[in-house]
Parts: sequence; C-alpha cells; structure tokens
Amino acid sequence: MMEAAGRTETAPFLARMPTWALIAAPLVAIAGAIGLLAGLGGPGLSDRPGPAVEELAVERTVLRPGEIQLSVRNTGPDAVQVAQVAVNDAYVAFGADPNGGVGHLDEQTLTLDYPWQEGGAYTISMLTSTGATMEHTIDAAVETPEADPGFYGLMTLLGTYVGVIPVVLGMLFMPLLRRVSEDWVRLFMAVTVGLLGFLVIDGSLEGLEIGGEASGAFGGVELLFLGAAVAYLALTAVDRLLKAGVERRRAEGAGAYRLALMVAIGIGLHNLGEGLAIGSAYAVGSLALGAFLVIGFAIHNTTEGLAIVSPLARAEPPGLGRLLALGLIAGAPAILGAVIGAGAYNQELATFLIGAGVGAIVQVIGQLLPSIRDRNGQALHPLSIAGLIAGAAILYATSLLVSV
Amino acid sequence: MTGLSRRKLLAGSAAGASLPLLHQLFPHQGLHHAIEGAQAAESNGHAHGGAQALHGGGAAGPTFRPGITVDHRANGFQPTEMLRDFDWGHTTRLASGRVLREWTLVAGDKEIEVAPGVHFPAWTYNGRVPGPTLRCREGELLRIRFVNGSEHPHTIHFHGIHPSQMDGVPGVGTGLIESGGETNYEFNAGPGGLHLYHCHAGPLAEHIARGLYGAFIVDPKRGRRDADELMMVMNGFNTNFDAEGNQVYAVNSVAFHFVNEPIRVERGAPVRIYLVNALEYDPLNSFHIHANFFNYFPTGTSPEPAEYTDTVALAQGQRGVLELEFPYVGDYMFHAHKTEFAELGWMGFFRVGGDSDLRREPAAFHDPAEIERSRS
Repeated sequence: MMEAAGRTETAPFLARMPTWALIAAPLVAIAGAIGLLAGLGGPGLSDRPGPAVEELAVERTVLRPGEIQLSVRNTGPDAVQVAQVAVNDAYVAFGADPNGGVGHLDEQTLTLDYPWQEGGAYTISMLTSTGATMEHTIDAAVETPEADPGFYGLMTLLGTYVGVIPVVLGMLFMPLLRRVSEDWVRLFMAVTVGLLGFLVIDGSLEGLEIGGEASGAFGGVELLFLGAAVAYLALTAVDRLLKAGVERRRAEGAGAYRLALMVAIGIGLHNLGEGLAIGSAYAVGSLALGAFLVIGFAIHNTTEGLAIVSPLARAEPPGLGRLLALGLIAGAPAILGAVIGAGAYNQELATFLIGAGVGAIVQVIGQLLPSIRDRNGQALHPLSIAGLIAGAAILYATSLLVSV
Repeated sequence: MTGLSRRKLLAGSAAGASLPLLHQLFPHQGLHHAIEGAQAAESNGHAHGGAQALHGGGAAGPTFRPGITVDHRANGFQPTEMLRDFDWGHTTRLASGRVLREWTLVAGDKEIEVAPGVHFPAWTYNGRVPGPTLRCREGELLRIRFVNGSEHPHTIHFHGIHPSQMDGVPGVGTGLIESGGETNYEFNAGPGGLHLYHCHAGPLAEHIARGLYGAFIVDPKRGRRDADELMMVMNGFNTNFDAEGNQVYAVNSVAFHFVNEPIRVERGAPVRIYLVNALEYDPLNSFHIHANFFNYFPTGTSPEPAEYTDTVALAQGQRGVLELEFPYVGDYMFHAHKTEFAELGWMGFFRVGGDSDLRREPAAFHDPAEIERSRS
C-alpha cells in the first residue's frame, strides 16, 4: 500500500529517473548556486565595514641558541602581514617563511635572531603592517630538545615509568581481592568508580582549559566533547562486540575479563592524555624529570591498576600473560602520549585526546556500576558510598603528588 | 616544581609547545645568512648616501627586519632632510619697520610609514610629522594662517607668550577649527628660545600622538653663535591605539632611520641640536650621546648652559638646545637612555668626517670659558 501510494504521488518523470541522477541532480544544483554566488561576489552584500580584522595564533615555539622560531597561523578573516617583531621591547631581525603576508588559515614560520637566555621570560610582539600588535609570551625559555632517537628513548622511558610500571604494580592487589568477601569486592569496585569519577572531572577541566586556549582555527572546547563522544561510542561498540563473543563461547568468567578489558582501555585512553601532558611539558622545559615525579605518578597510577583487577575478583585465576596484556593496554598509551606530546603537541590534538579519555572513562563507569549493587539491587548503599568517596579522595590526594 | 598544577603544566606547554619533528622536516635556511644578504641589498638600494646598517641583529642590538625600507617619497618627508629644514616663512615689513612673518599650515589626514612596512594613519601639519619647524626672530610679529583640511576639528596651540584669543584651545578665541575651516593666529615672537606648537583639540593625547606637533624656534635678540644646526623632534607612534606607551619610537618619525643613515657632521665644527620631546603616552624621554658631552640650555632661553652633560631627560613638551662638537672622527651613537625606547627605534649615529689627525687638539667649543670669550 505504501509503495503504491508513494508511486502515485511521484511524478512519472521522476519515477523514471535512475537513483544516481536523484543523487547527482541536487549536488549539481547546490554546486551551481554556490559557484554563482561566489562568482558574483554575493550580490546585495557589501564588504564588512571597519578596519581589517587581524589575528595570529602562535601554534609552536622552537628555541635554539640565539634564535626563537614561531609558527603562526592566521585565524582571522583578513590577510596579515607581520612587518616587524620586537622581543621584550627590542626590535629584532627575522626571517619569514613563506615571505610576505599570511592569508586566512595559512601558516608562517618566523625565525627571530635573538640572544635569549635560559630561564628568561619573553614577550614577543608582532607588529603588523597596519600597526596592530599581537603578543606571545614564553614563560621560561629553554632550548627545544632535538628530536633524535635518544630523546624519544627518554620519552619512552618516561611513559614506562609513569604509565606501565605503576599500573602493573597496582594489579598486584589481585590476590588480596580474590580472598576477601563479596562486600569487600563491592567496596573495591565502588572505590574504582570513585577513582574514575575523579579522573572524569580532572580530565574535563584540563580539556576545557586547553581547548579554551587553542587558536580556534581548528576549534577549541568542542573538540573535548567530540573526543568524549567518539570514545564513548567507540568503546560501546567494542563492548557490544566483546559481549557477542562472550555469549558465543558461554565462557565462565569471560564477562569479568570483558569488564577488566574495558576498564583497561578506558584508563589507557586517559593515560594517553596524561602522557601527552608530561611529554609536552618536558619538551618546553616546564617539567623537571626526577624521582619525585616518578614516585608521585607511581602512587597515583597504582590506583588505576587496582581498578583494572577489581572486576576479576571472582573470576577464574587469570594467566600472567593476560594480566600483563591488560596492564600494557592501560599503561602503554602513556608512552605514546609522551612521544606525541614531546614531538607534535598542539592544543587541538590535546583537547581531543583528553576528551577521548573522558568519554572512555564515562563509558567504563557505566560498565562497572552494576557490580557495586548490593543484594537489593541498590547502587548507592553505605558501603558503596564510602567506596566512591574513598576512591575520589585517594585520587585527589595522590594527584597532589604530581602537581609539578 | 612548586605551585604549578598539572593543568598549568599543560597550559604552559601549550603556550610554548614544540615541534622538533616538523623542524627536522623543514629546517630553516640559514637565517643569519639570509639577513646579511638582505642587509647588503638594503644598503645597496638605499636612496640616500648609500649608508650601511651600523647596528643590529642578535647580540649586536636591535634592528628591523632586513630587506624592507621606509618609502620616504610616499611619506612626503625625509628625516635627514628634516634635520636642517627650517621654515622661515614669508616676511614683509610693517609701516612701523617691524617684520611681519607669515606661514600657512594645513592640517590633513595621511597614512605614513613609521617603520619599514608599518603604516600609521597620521594627522599632519603640511603633510609631515613632525610639522614644519617654524623659525623666527624675537620681537617679530607672527601670523600663522591655519587651514583645516583634515576630516576632524583641530587647532594650533603655540607655546610662547600671547593673548588668550591666540592660544588655539577649544572655546577660546576662534576655538576649534572645523573641517574645511580656517583661522589666523597672530602674536609677537617671544620669548627667545626653543618652543613647540601642537593641536589642542580633544582628546588631546590622541591629537598630539597622531602627529599634530612641530618645533617653533624663536631666535633670541642676542643671537646664537654660528653652528651646524639640527632639528630633532623625539616622537613615537602608538600604532595599535591602546593609549599605553608606543610601539615605535624615533627622532623625526622614522624609527632607526639615523642608524641606517647616520647624521653627517664635521670634526671640530660647532653643532647645535634643537631637541623637542613630542612623545605622548610615556611620561619621560631622554637623549644621550656617546663619547661626547654637550652644553645644555633648557628651553633655549638662557645664554648660560644649565649643565655640561651627555644625557638629558625631557618630560612631555619639554625641549632644550644642545651645543657640542665632535673631537674625533668616526661613528657615534645617540639614543634615548630610556633604553627600551632606544631598542624600539629611538637610536641613531653621528658620522663625524673631516681631518682624522688625532694629534691635533680639537677646539673647545663646549668649554664655558671659551663661550664667554666668544661672547665678549
């Protein structure tokens, strides 16, 4: 009936059209209209009144002896010509690549001839052809590390220290978890949810701040939400696939592994963002590597290891390889993050990845919630509430240790 | 490791994030080499005297981006030419035998290049910043016809001694001169000394900062000793109009001009500098000369120097006369000893030519006893 009705409402001419034509015709019309508007310069619309709107965002700063290199992007609507550059109120010689003005969304590298001193604070003032000034500050100058294998080796070591080792150490709580009663397991699960909840808040705040500072050329804070949504949905899809596998095999304890794996993936995405922060901070010299930092992260991230093994409290005793794999899934992204952060940091990428960590953890919290329900099916009971608060408190306290 | 949160850590890294990878892919191509080449090109292509850049780059001090120069022709004025450009106006003798000296000043709106590639929408007297150096003799009758060719209302306010109607302030006498209007300012030349004139329309700071000022020299009746006379107006340009300091500082408007084109003077010859501070938005400006001292006559009113020094500080509107000579040939820097201004453009060189025989003792033009002898 529907089909018949549809056919009677459609003109015979359109009904005879092949499907490809129904796709192509609107596209051709749209392209034609846009082309016409562009060609005629938007009839009836005059130019924007007022002076040129000049905006430049500094995306990267590279410091070498006697030289400061800025990569700037024009994030405004009008072309910008950097005519002169002053560093701390002194004009400097510089080269521009490409030479000349910078068009909308184009990039230019300015290489300044300036004898900067280590640890110094510098305000770089870019004076455009119209006399507008744009400033960029370097809080503490330090030579940008060369991207040689040794540097990436150092970043890998750093990621291992702050990511892999603490998470694996935290998993050593498993024998204890397997011995204690049901109530204690619920408590540990609640502690885990509390930990993760704190990470969501922490990550969101970081993402909002970094996203807010982004140049805006490729978006800002919205990337946090985009990253979170993508990670949440992707992890949900992974979860559905894993569930299907579990049901097929009807394996005993497979549900618990699925949960542990989900927690590990979520924490892994979080640690990717954390590694990014550490690597980029190290690269710009605002982070001192040392025992204090490693110890701080060890205590902080050990709790994440606990979160991974909590779902396994009542499952079959897992093999060592499997546990190690879970630890690597959760911890190794810190290595990747450190390498990316040190080598190719930008605010947009950082915002997106931090968002992904947030979305992943929200998804994992949803997965874990059923396991803290008591015999009456209540998620919030005195024991779980105590666990949630304890988890958040532990992470808050240990995060203070890594306030570098 | 104190007081910086993890979030700040991220923020800090965002502010100065690095990309060594990209740098490896696209290494910069010998900056110093490029700059040297461009500087050579600049000095070769220089319109005035083929001067070469004396200064600049890295630890060698502040400098502008190499390869581009100010288009003085488009500006309609040239800082070096302004040094010795004194506008004596047009004179007639009144029935009483007194000299009537007349000028016409036209206000206008004009974009000028104050540093290579940096354009400033200036307001000008007779198309230049600073306006023409009006020069007369004490006791003459002066008449300045003011035509406002600008889109904005303006006045001319002269420093000197005159009736209120001739003071060039809004609400008094002819007051504000609207766009297209004109008026005459008429008064006696005095006191002898170095003065200035500027627009007094509101907002006052902006009308001055836009370029509506100039030097006004009243030669004292007693006269001054012959010398190579140079007019220097210290000024600056608040190019972003934030009314907080200036982006560009200079003498005679073009930053670093006298670095690229040193002022040529002769060894042993008396030099007199008329120095006016027309800088807005900064409370103090200063003048310092290297490897030399000068006699300083504040406002140029007294025949006696107030000080024998190498550095003077001037507040807004202050001015003074400097007398010196250069005992040795060579290049001698002069600049604001407010070094921030110096590094933002207020810096230059004297190039002392002539007899380079160091054994010959230079004449002591700056010796007060010598001045006393010369007067008697």
